[in-house]
Parts: sequence; structure tokens; C-alpha cells
Amino acid sequence: MPSDGPTPLERFINGILPENPVYRQLLGMCPTLAVTNGMKPAMTMAAAVAFVLFCANIITSLIRGLLKPHLRILVFTLTIATFVTIADRFLAAYVYEMSKQLGPYVPLIIVNCVIICRCEVCASKQSVLTAGADAIGQSIGFALALASIATVREVLGSGTWFALPVLPAAWPDWVIMVLPPGAFITLGLLLGGANWIGQARARRAATG
Amino acid sequence: MGNSGYIRQGWLVLVLAACFSAALAGVHIALSPRIAANKRDETYRQVPALVPGAVRDRTREVRLAGRTVYEAIGADGRRVGWVVPAAGQGFADRIEVLIGLDAAGETIAGLWVLEQKETPGLGNKIVEDAFRGRFAGRSARADLTVTKAAPATGQQILAVTGATISSESVCKIVNQAVRDFRAARSATEAGHAQ
Repeated sequence: MPSDGPTPLERFINGILPENPVYRQLLGMCPTLAVTNGMKPAMTMAAAVAFVLFCANIITSLIRGLLKPHLRILVFTLTIATFVTIADRFLAAYVYEMSKQLGPYVPLIIVNCVIICRCEVCASKQSVLTAGADAIGQSIGFALALASIATVREVLGSGTWFALPVLPAAWPDWVIMVLPPGAFITLGLLLGGANWIGQARARRAATG
Repeated sequence: MGNSGYIRQGWLVLVLAACFSAALAGVHIALSPRIAANKRDETYRQVPALVPGAVRDRTREVRLAGRTVYEAIGADGRRVGWVVPAAGQGFADRIEVLIGLDAAGETIAGLWVLEQKETPGLGNKIVEDAFRGRFAGRSARADLTVTKAAPATGQQILAVTGATISSESVCKIVNQAVRDFRAARSATEAGHAQ
């Protein structure tokens, strides 16, 4: 099987910023909006997604020569669902409170399109090394994106970061920021900012 | 395509399904005691909230007709109520609840949701105090029913808007558990009286 396409290092770097799953690919919006009202749930989600993405990418890459085109999505989903269930049970056993807080969002990782996208785009076509590097890069990118949104929402909405107070007690908590509208407002502004920076850079590169 | 064609096409799915099932079974066997212990801890923590006057560390585990229930004991050592764990199918997945009852088992004192995976934003509102609080003070002698309008009788529970099935599931779980508990209790008491 030929191993064309980006090298492991390129895959790794691309996942972090140039092809960031949230800011560039606009994938995985459900957890991005739903669990970023605080850093703790956001980072738990990022860790769970990283585990599932890494395992699913490795398995998919190992069996890529055996995949039948019309059954591949079924195999991806089967693999992802297995690792999500393992992650869900681990959270319930070792971080029970967080597992209760995340509730249905952990099983919903099965339909997180970041993971199925990486299986389809990278792991089903490239070597195990490339697939692993891709999973790590994309996971870092996803974690950074969740962290950026969760930081804005938790600091403005609760005056805390990782549940530690960071703003003076006089700060009037913007409750809307920890509620669903705050997720859409924050994501919209950060996404707009990221695009604006990207376009400004492209202009400078064109004129310079 | 004959049967052999299907096997040739789908053998990978079958093999993977078998391997993954085995892996999940292993994970379940390894972790389920820990998860059960977490749930028991949470049950003990919730006992004082579910039964007014109960002291957490005095709670006693009692086997009643094959199931574990918790006898809530007050500061003076007397029984102040019961906490009955119950579970059943919800809209999305299994719902597990704790039902607080008074000492005689006649009135529901409180409700707590131990585990649920209902629809975010709709069904998962069953964990909120606004819904759970509707159960406190209801009689345990008759079944509860769910209503979408203002409750007309004392045994009607207002459903969560947009989550009628989740609300009804909780009601069904509570009804069944309370009925079983009361039947088991009167059976044991009759046994003692003889």
C-alpha cells in the first residue's frame, strides 16, 4: 500500500493550527459548544477525545488494507464506539463527579466528526506512524480550541479558571457566558478573530 | 451474491465486533466494582438530603426482597426514613434514581438522579431541583401520573417541557420501586408479627 500524502511531522503540525479541527475545519462543534463553560469539563472532554482519536486512528491504520469501501464507515463507527465506551467507564470509575457532569456528552463522542474525519482522511490511507502523529496533532489542536473558548467563558462567566478565582470578588459574573448563548457568542467572536488574523497574514504575504 | 459472498465482504466487521466485545467485557469486569462503590458513596452522601433529619454515617444497608435499600437513621438512633435505589429505561439510556421515603414508607420525601444520559437541554432537566422537587410530599400509597397541564390532583407530576418521555420514565421507575418496596415491607412485617 503506497503511503502518499503528508508526512507524520506535517500531519502533526497541521492538526495544531493550520488545520485546527475547530477553527479551520469547523468539526466537533457539539462538545465545543456544550462543555466549554469551564476548564475542567473542557479538558476532560479533550482528554477523552484524544484517547478515542488516537486508538481509533491506530486501529484503522492497522486494518486499512482490509477495509472494503462500502463497509468502512461501519468499521470506523464500531471502532470509535468501542473506545468511547471504554473512556466512559474509566471516567465513571476514576473521575465520577466529572463523569456525572458531562453525562450524555461522553457517549456523544461517538458522533464527534473530528474522529471519523481523521479515520477517513488520514488513518484509512496512511501508515500507523502517520496516523498516530495525526491523532496527536489533531488532539492538541482540539484541546487548544476548547481551552481558548473555556477560558473566555469561565473567566467572564464565573470569575475563575480551573475553578481557581482569577478576577477580584467585585467582578459581576456574566452568567450568560456559562449558559448556551455564551458558547455561541464566544465561538463566533473567536472564529471571526482567527479568520481575520488569517486573512491579514495572507494579505501581508501577497503584498510583501 | 450467495452467503459466502456476505462472509467474504463482512468478515472483518464480525471479527472486530467479537474482539471489541471481549475488550469491553474485560473493561466492564475490571471497572464495575469501582463504579458501584462510587454510586454507593454518592447514595450515602444524598441520604441526609433525601430524608430530613437523617445522619449520613448512621445509614444502614438492608436487604429487602432481594434488593438493597438504605435505612436512614436520625441523630437519636431512631429510623427517620428509607432511601430506595431504583432503575429503569429512560428515553436515551437507563435512568438510575434514589427515592427518599418517610419512616412509615407512606410519603415520598425526595428524589435524586444517580445516572442518566437523557437528551441535553431537554430530558437531562430531570436532574434539576425544579423537577425532582415535584416528587417530595407525594403519597407513596397510590401511583403517580405525569401531566403536561397544571397538576389537578396530589398524585400528578408536571412533566419537563419537551421531555414527556423522560418525565414519564422517572415516574414509572418511582411507581414500580415504591410499590415493590411497600409490598416487601408489609410482607416482612407480617412475617415478624406471626
